[in-house]
Amino acid sequence: MISIAIEKKLKAYHGQQLLQVNRQFVAGSITKIYGPSGAGKTTFLKIIAGLIVPEKGTIINDGVTWYNAEAKINMPVQQRNIGFVFQQYALFPNMTVKQQMEYATTDEAWINKLLLLGKLDTLQEHKPEYLSGGQQQRLAILRALATKPKLLLMDEPFSALDVKMKTTLIVELKPILKELGATTLIVSHNPQELEELGNEEMLFE
Amino acid sequence: MDLTPIWLTLKLAGITTLLLLVVGLPFAWWLSRGRSFFKIIIEAIITMPLVLPPSVLGFYLLLAFSPQHGVGKWLQEVFNVQFVFSFQGLVLASVIYSVPFMVGPVKSALQQLPPALAEASYTLGKTEWQTFRYVLLPNIKPSLLTATVLTFAHTLGEFGVVLMIGGNIPGITRVASIAVYDSVERQDYVMANNYSLVLFSITFVLVIAVFVINKYQAKSPLG
Repeated sequence: MISIAIEKKLKAYHGQQLLQVNRQFVAGSITKIYGPSGAGKTTFLKIIAGLIVPEKGTIINDGVTWYNAEAKINMPVQQRNIGFVFQQYALFPNMTVKQQMEYATTDEAWINKLLLLGKLDTLQEHKPEYLSGGQQQRLAILRALATKPKLLLMDEPFSALDVKMKTTLIVELKPILKELGATTLIVSHNPQELEELGNEEMLFE
Repeated sequence: MDLTPIWLTLKLAGITTLLLLVVGLPFAWWLSRGRSFFKIIIEAIITMPLVLPPSVLGFYLLLAFSPQHGVGKWLQEVFNVQFVFSFQGLVLASVIYSVPFMVGPVKSALQQLPPALAEASYTLGKTEWQTFRYVLLPNIKPSLLTATVLTFAHTLGEFGVVLMIGGNIPGITRVASIAVYDSVERQDYVMANNYSLVLFSITFVLVIAVFVINKYQAKSPLG
């Protein structure tokens, strides 16, 4: 269980707006987060990851305090064991598919399993610039899973995939998430597209 | 033609470039991360050699490291190191004089990388150093090459600053640019031309190399 109660001022077109979240996510659950652009969905994920620091509040994961503004506790992102799929993929241009996975983990069997799942096993020596948008997005998802995270944060992870690839990946992703026992938060502009994944929802306004 | 000044010049440029690679890269990285008033002041200071007359910089270095007083006296007494009229003095002056040529391009290139690259690396459990070494540096390779070549070429062309702090001691501080000046002073135009031609050729090849690097490699890492 991860409990989040945070406040963060966001820069907005008309000045500032307050991002305020108070919510618990059950271990192993999959939650779809949706809402309009600029509502703070990406910022929320980055706050959980430890990439952005909120002004107030607490983040407690399985009894361990990741963040507590009053007690001045802020666990470094490296120690939170999270997987993060970035909206623009954030693949390393200098590394091949295989190297991106090996940078994340030394578990060869796990790497091979993931590459098979993402149908990237034949493209292991390719650098991101030689992959299609869909292949790059799949790699970003697989790389985030490589560290076997307990918390998976995905920012628009399926936007570049066609319907068939999306459905296949979601179907195959589900047992992997179950195997890892990972709590998953998925930001999406279209919650209907993720119906197969889970029924927890969170709306940003 | 005495080749010692040419050799000395190449040695000075090589050592300066190497030192700036070691010191300048982490420094550029630090500067590229966030903006604070303190960092703006530091950046202004390291940019000064670009606009300041080299003789002014050399003059202050001469004063600062004079063995008669202050830091220079302390270095002389404690470590028996003298920076004035010595090769190590030339290296120190060259490092300071060429700092903006190494730090500037590297800092700009690091700032142009999408922040998500470093963030992705951190989420994979990697430290800031690992991220710098394996993700950031390899993705600014063209800028790094340009900065290295420019630093080397710029050091070859130093005159005012090395003359002020190093003087004109054959085999120790008499680099090629000073040898040219010295030859002209003695009205030995043939010798001045020889040194000038060698300097011109080396510098021209290096500048061509920078253009070639930029033409074929300097593209966005996301391109």
